[in-house]
Amino acid sequence: MIGNERPGGKGTASVAPAEVIAAESGVRSASLRKATLIVFLQNRLALAGLVIVAGFFLFCFLGPVFYHTNQIATNVQIANQPPSLKHLLGTDSVGYDELGRLMAGGRITLLIALAVAVLATSIGLIWGCVAGVSRSAVDSLMMRIVDAALAIPGIFLLIFLNSILKPSVFVLTFVIAALAWLVPSRLVRAEVLSLRERPFIEASRTAGANGVRIVLRHLVPNVFGTVAVNATFQVADAVLAVAALSFLGLGIPPPAANWGSMLANGVNYTFAGYWWQIWPAGICIVAVVVGFNFIGEGLRDAIDVRLRAA
Amino acid sequence: MTAYLIRRTLHALIVLFGVSLIVFVLLHLLPGGPARASLGVRANPSSIKAFNAEYGLNQPLPIQYVEWISQVIRGNLGFSYKLNQSVNSLLIENIPRTLVLTGSATLLAIGVAVPLGALQAVRRNSAADYVVTGFALIFYSMPSFFLGLVLIIVFSDVLPIFPPTGPTATAPLLTQLPNLVLPVATLTLITVALFSRYMRSSALENLAEDYVRTAKAKGASILRVLFRHVIPNALLPVITLVGLSVPGILGGALIVESLFNYPGMGLLFWNAAQTEDFPTMLGTILVVGLAVVLGSLLADIFYGVADPRVRHQ
Repeated sequence: MIGNERPGGKGTASVAPAEVIAAESGVRSASLRKATLIVFLQNRLALAGLVIVAGFFLFCFLGPVFYHTNQIATNVQIANQPPSLKHLLGTDSVGYDELGRLMAGGRITLLIALAVAVLATSIGLIWGCVAGVSRSAVDSLMMRIVDAALAIPGIFLLIFLNSILKPSVFVLTFVIAALAWLVPSRLVRAEVLSLRERPFIEASRTAGANGVRIVLRHLVPNVFGTVAVNATFQVADAVLAVAALSFLGLGIPPPAANWGSMLANGVNYTFAGYWWQIWPAGICIVAVVVGFNFIGEGLRDAIDVRLRAA
Repeated sequence: MTAYLIRRTLHALIVLFGVSLIVFVLLHLLPGGPARASLGVRANPSSIKAFNAEYGLNQPLPIQYVEWISQVIRGNLGFSYKLNQSVNSLLIENIPRTLVLTGSATLLAIGVAVPLGALQAVRRNSAADYVVTGFALIFYSMPSFFLGLVLIIVFSDVLPIFPPTGPTATAPLLTQLPNLVLPVATLTLITVALFSRYMRSSALENLAEDYVRTAKAKGASILRVLFRHVIPNALLPVITLVGLSVPGILGGALIVESLFNYPGMGLLFWNAAQTEDFPTMLGTILVVGLAVVLGSLLADIFYGVADPRVRHQ
């Protein structure tokens, strides 16, 4: 990282300041990273979010190891049973074990949500950087595309796309990501616009760095904080999107499980008193979304400290 | 101001053009293209061919776009073969009911969120502030369908006060006010959660201003400072917020309408998705996009009127 921009310049007086600055900034960024981590860990809500999210990962991915259920074949003979020792959270209208189904549904939801966050953030990062670096015409064309796409509420487009495609884990991931990248692209562009006028970018350009190098070495690391915070919120939003689509009957069809479709099934029994078909799935959605939102807010505060220090 | 208006309107027109392009692309993404969208999935090849020839669908895409958009601008959004009705008449029938739902929810949300956020800012970091912030975050993280379901359980099942379904399309809304309560309440709570966070931080910023100190020094009571000085100033960002919340509120309305069977644009759209009624879906998307663009344009214009600093940038 340090000093590879100056071939053969070692030891000469003229480059000493650059080396000193580079060394200093290296030290400073390490201590800043530490400060960021400390601020994040001191934030009780952020820690609570981490605990909730970690708990759900254990529940969804390790839970089935200890709690075996059949989530493929239906069995109407044991439909709508209240919680018992055999079925800790009862069964649904076709005889699936609710607790096992929560785990199965959570697994798919978490996988899709994480994949969406990674995919959408990457696209947004590239789009925003390219738009921010290229001036005038290309930039405004790229951002008008984002404006237009954001003018249509996401859920309408999601429903439309899901009604022409056959929803699967991949389709759902790509469809949600196809809309989710818009916001990060705006955030990234806004930051790039302010960053590119800063002296260190100018210095790098003067030193002969090309556009690609500036983007990869300087812009991407500097917008990374904003992007990371946004990615966390995107996981939460994607969980909501998956649940909403499944609730509306446009998610992955059964036997695939989802918290949203579990709730939609529970709606039919609102007045029958089958609470175990409604509350657990609903609470799972809220808890996971709250968890990721807490982490995101904690990250934002922590990175804020970093910005103040810089 | 004129220059500002022109600039903003131009931008809105460009975005609208983009929205129309997106819808046009979606139309052509459909399996079988626009012909199948109109004639239905089981249309035979010869009728598709005839349809394509009649509507110029064998022309190059740019020409097709121009023909399509000139129809749209004249107010022809297509024909729903599933419902045997023009998309226009379907929308005209359903949009007013969606406006009642979203309009009353937005107004109620502003009415609750503005004083709530201001009080939170005054009592910053008190127990009350934490409780309200916590609830706002939970409501914010709560999918509208779950919140609506909770309200149905509490207010229709445990305490049977309100009916669990929305109004019907056959009678005027005014005669079915009890049926409006739960859908409006669901959408309001979600919107309050969104607004109060912004109101709190906006009020916090204003509380730190010099004019607040001056007002306090003159001996104005805290309530007077709040309602006379802080809230009017803190309301400025709320104008923008409401304008920018149009997509969120319309999206929320879609889910609320399908949960409560509330006969509005959202339910129309959802039913269209179930029956693969593509002309209705695309017509609705166009109208919703128009509403969003208008929302942000109007918000910017109002902001320009309310705050002269903006329009002189």
